[in-house]
Amino acid sequence: MEPDAELLRRLRAGDEQAFVVLVERYNGSMLRLAASFVPSRAVAEEVVQDTWLAVLRGLPAFEGRASLRTWMFTILVNRARTTGTREQRTIPVADAGPVVDASRFGPDGAWSAPPEHWIEEAEDRIEAEKLGGVLRVAIDGLPGRQRDVVLLRDVEGMSSAEVCDVLSISEANQRVLLHRGRGKLRQVLETELGSRGSR
Amino acid sequence: MKLALRRDLVCQQVVELVTDYLEGTLRGSARRRLERHLAGCPLCTEYLAQMRETIRLAGRVTPEDLTPQMRDDLTDLYRRWRAEG
Repeated sequence: MEPDAELLRRLRAGDEQAFVVLVERYNGSMLRLAASFVPSRAVAEEVVQDTWLAVLRGLPAFEGRASLRTWMFTILVNRARTTGTREQRTIPVADAGPVVDASRFGPDGAWSAPPEHWIEEAEDRIEAEKLGGVLRVAIDGLPGRQRDVVLLRDVEGMSSAEVCDVLSISEANQRVLLHRGRGKLRQVLETELGSRGSR
Repeated sequence: MKLALRRDLVCQQVVELVTDYLEGTLRGSARRRLERHLAGCPLCTEYLAQMRETIRLAGRVTPEDLTPQMRDDLTDLYRRWRAEG
């Protein structure tokens, strides 16, 4: 895959094809992230289009202190926040519940209903496609801030530092949100694939 | 987690520390206590493996494909921007 830095160079040289490649690479992730801030798909598409225009217009001033990706996603999140109805600059509070339901542990804190096995099932090729769909729905169903962090960290593959920059949150906060979000995804996979599941 | 500083961790505490552990922010004695628990607890070891698998699977979720309509809209946008000057 052509590195972003090379695309940036071509883009600055006025190469339309470089823009198309960049759009193909990031438009889907941007849409999904934008959708987490705004009320409708149509508005999310508008926010993403505005972002692309802001990226093009900002190119001359972009100094490359952050990566191109971090810069673009930061623009996106700022625009989505301005447009969106979701609680805006409040201090993020993760839901306080445990990551594994308390009923699954005995009074001594040891597992009473241990994790069901499912890793082998997940690696089964037949399940792979179905799993993609299950996970996509599960990620979309996460509470907003957890979804943002999981999308950027685990789906988009950003580092924790990049995610903190893009979302303007602290490392500690990022970790709590990631912990809750990933925990819920694990539970969904266990429910879907676990030995006591309805298969 | 102030509870039981000197005692061994219990499973219910371990599952809450898994992300700190995977993120590399659990250090020193806290990390050693967690690893000591994992060494003796196949259930929490399984849980940790499942978290790693969850992360791996999330990484395979693909963003939606660009529709021809979106591609056209964005190509137009690019050309209008170029025309701006």
